[in-house]
Amino acid sequence: MARGVFKEIVKSFLIALWFMFLTFPIMVIKVNTIDQTITWRWMNMLYVGGGAFFLSMLWRFLMARKVAAKEEEDSWQKHVGLRFRTDPKFYLPGLAVIGVLTVVFPIFFSSYQVSIMTTALMYVMLGLGLNIVVGLAGLLDLGYVAFYAVGAYCFALLNHHFGLGFWVCLPLSALLAASFGILLGFPVLRLRGDYLAIVTLGFGEIIRLILENWNEFSFGPSGIAGISRPWFFGMKLSLQQANVYMYYIMIVLVLFTIFVVGRLRNSRIGRAWIALREDEIACQAMGIDKTRTKLTAFALGATWAGMVGCIFAAKTTFINPASFTFMESAIILSIVVLGGMGSIVGVILAALILILLPEYLRAFSQLRMIVFGASMVLMMVFRPQGIISRVKQHYEWHREA
Amino acid sequence: MVLEVRGLTMEFGGLRALDAIDLALARGEIVALIGPNGAGKTTFFNCVTGIYNPTRGDIFIASQGGTRERINGLKPNKITELGLARTFQNVRLFPNMTVLENIMVARHCRTRSGILGAILRGKRIVAEEKATVMFAYRLLKRFGLEGHVNDLAKELPYGEQRRLEIARAMATEPFLLLLDEPAAGMNPKETEDLDRLIKTIRDEDGIAILLIEHDMKLVMSISDRIYVVDYGEMIAQGKPSEIAADPKVIKAYLGESFDA
Amino acid sequence: MDYFLELFFGGLTRGSIYALIALGYTMVYGIIQLINFAHGEIYMIGAFTALIAASVLTLLGFNGFSLLCLAGLIAVIYSAAYGYTMEKIAYKPLRQAPRLSPLISAIGMSIFLQNYVLLAQTSDFLSFPALIPEIAFLDRFAAFMMPSEVIIFVTTAVVMICLTVFIKFTRIGKAMRATSQDKTMAMLLGVNVDRVISVTFIIGSALAAVGGVLISSHIGQINFYIGFIAGIKAFTAAVLGGIGSIPGAVLGGLILGWTESFATGYVSSDYEDVFAFGLLVFILIFRPAGILGKSSSEKV
Repeated sequence: MARGVFKEIVKSFLIALWFMFLTFPIMVIKVNTIDQTITWRWMNMLYVGGGAFFLSMLWRFLMARKVAAKEEEDSWQKHVGLRFRTDPKFYLPGLAVIGVLTVVFPIFFSSYQVSIMTTALMYVMLGLGLNIVVGLAGLLDLGYVAFYAVGAYCFALLNHHFGLGFWVCLPLSALLAASFGILLGFPVLRLRGDYLAIVTLGFGEIIRLILENWNEFSFGPSGIAGISRPWFFGMKLSLQQANVYMYYIMIVLVLFTIFVVGRLRNSRIGRAWIALREDEIACQAMGIDKTRTKLTAFALGATWAGMVGCIFAAKTTFINPASFTFMESAIILSIVVLGGMGSIVGVILAALILILLPEYLRAFSQLRMIVFGASMVLMMVFRPQGIISRVKQHYEWHREA
Repeated sequence: MVLEVRGLTMEFGGLRALDAIDLALARGEIVALIGPNGAGKTTFFNCVTGIYNPTRGDIFIASQGGTRERINGLKPNKITELGLARTFQNVRLFPNMTVLENIMVARHCRTRSGILGAILRGKRIVAEEKATVMFAYRLLKRFGLEGHVNDLAKELPYGEQRRLEIARAMATEPFLLLLDEPAAGMNPKETEDLDRLIKTIRDEDGIAILLIEHDMKLVMSISDRIYVVDYGEMIAQGKPSEIAADPKVIKAYLGESFDA
Repeated sequence: MDYFLELFFGGLTRGSIYALIALGYTMVYGIIQLINFAHGEIYMIGAFTALIAASVLTLLGFNGFSLLCLAGLIAVIYSAAYGYTMEKIAYKPLRQAPRLSPLISAIGMSIFLQNYVLLAQTSDFLSFPALIPEIAFLDRFAAFMMPSEVIIFVTTAVVMICLTVFIKFTRIGKAMRATSQDKTMAMLLGVNVDRVISVTFIIGSALAAVGGVLISSHIGQINFYIGFIAGIKAFTAAVLGGIGSIPGAVLGGLILGWTESFATGYVSSDYEDVFAFGLLVFILIFRPAGILGKSSSEKV
């Protein structure tokens, strides 16, 4: 036993040394080319060494546990989750509590907090939309942000040139985004897996670059400002009031999204998407039109992004191409994968965690992105199936058919 | 004739996988397609089911009372809609869907609800969903799989996966069923059950069946006629007894002795 | 005519760098069917390490050619180390996982490395010393060809030849080829697949570092974000030439380099990146296998 522990310590020690060597130039030596100075930060070596030692012990411990637990089912999750969803004694009170909390939220929290929650809800909606494309239909879309941008610019431009309001533009943004979804879907019908991912990434970047460079159309990098907020019975709202209004609008829209996406999933078209994801060739052999199914997935998925884009423009009253980078697509994709592909509850949880956590840890705001990147890696290594892994439609027969 | 194939040739670049194949299948027949590995049998299936577009030749299908249709180059889902269903050499179920859902998916081309219907769930749509579920359940019962209704397809034992695949193909209400090595990996008892199952499908549903198979016992037992291919060419056809005695077939395929 | 030649050699230079980075993508994809999203970051780390090494070495009195070689060598060693470590942490545990998982992990690793350098160094652009020394006899071509450009494509050509020889004639090169064709079989035949994969990452990373050092000397500045764009473009090049194919990566790199150079020179320079992405999309739609790639069909 002591022998084993000793070996582990030596191993971690060697790993710590390796990381100290690895990070030496970048962590220790800071070059300032303007002043032509070099700063040596030897203390960082200590942090790296200590951190690497500790983390490598933790890593190997968790890995060993993961390998051992592989055979065991997520039984507790299955039972609790299933009972929670199907037994009214559980889910009705649960929903009621959540419902009350969401409605009274703005009363107890500051305007700033409300704004953050609204952002989180926006990502919930984006996640649910992308969930249709990636989670249900299995189409790896890395350019989802393009539809988000389309929705935002649709509202911004219509508002700027014609003075059209939020409520009018919301469905228009959705429609335009859906059309772009079909437009994007057509060329990629034959592509699979990684290739599909890269092409969609390319499309996303192309859209952003066009928005950035076609100044006559999109006003380039300076973006569009002064976008009107949503109409509220003709009244002029203060910033705080507008925030709260936006929050409630988001709640309604998220509920709408959950409703629609849930209905779509447990329907003929939802099953066709899942079949497409599971086995494209078998799905065709079962009479499903692959082309229509894929295009429908793209279009329907894009619709939500378009709507959120419109909301984003109304919320921030200013948009520019810098808000629509590949990083956004990556974040939304992470939400879907972390949530568990195809699971609505999972996506909601993942969006809330990924967006709210960094906000509430603002103290470490500088480390936000680096923690985000690291979490993506760790999540995939230790729990690739996501938060909610089994998404099964459960049928019961109460009498002999 | 339920299925008529004339002069079917399939070339992949320089490779000729099928060379002027003629084949016919009448209503109520069970016909077997046999031949050594790599002879082109699955390629033939893929041509008939629309996965490949044949280089030359014609493929006609005709349901009872229906018109004769040329199905070359049609998309696979369209061909299934016309009434031709298939199973695969390597089981291609939807692994992460439940057994019931696997069957329900196959009802896609026989049902009509669309996006709006899915969201609004009007009376008609709800009725259609219910009918789909019931149809699937009854089909599973018929195949002895109703106990696995809510299990994921990938969790099923191999023999039952194969049965499920046949059930799934049946759910599309075909008049012509193509089975690709249905007995692969089965023990003698399972093969006997399969024998009975296929005959039942022919007798009760009036479905014509074309199967690719290596299990000679099964082939001899259920086939009305047999076609033999080797290197993409048809080298023999006829009744089982004729095939068993055909020296060309024995040379190309049967090789060692077997018991009929 | 001079303008054309200038664009030609400019494109050749770009293409060479894209080729060097693309090789890393293509080799890794060939072996484990993973698009290593973080590969661009290795290139960036190579450039940063070279800058840091050069600064320290300059203080120690090195200059000229020896400075270039030493700084380059250090950059290569470190990039290889990063590549090796990255594989062990983010990809090795996911070898059996569904295809999406390593991709997400790679994206996460890319974000992590970008921000690691950002935090440890700076978000500003740092000026990179002109490590490539002047070469007198090339002055006559100064109208359209810079000496650093010559060094870049000569180096690339030499590296390419060495790599090809390595893959073709050494034992581990053969092991790499075997593993990329059938991993399980290679394993059964006694090939140490883990080591082969590590070597692949090491070589790919080293090549990216060479590219990073050379082009940074040429352009004169770096920052933490250069990996992303270079990575995407190099990936385009790899796909263009046929992902998994080594000569394809070179071909793709050159084509991309020339396309960008001539398009920005004769059409418009604002849309430079759009041309690259447009080319990528175009190729993937009409010929996903790339120019030299073999289209693999699924057995039904």
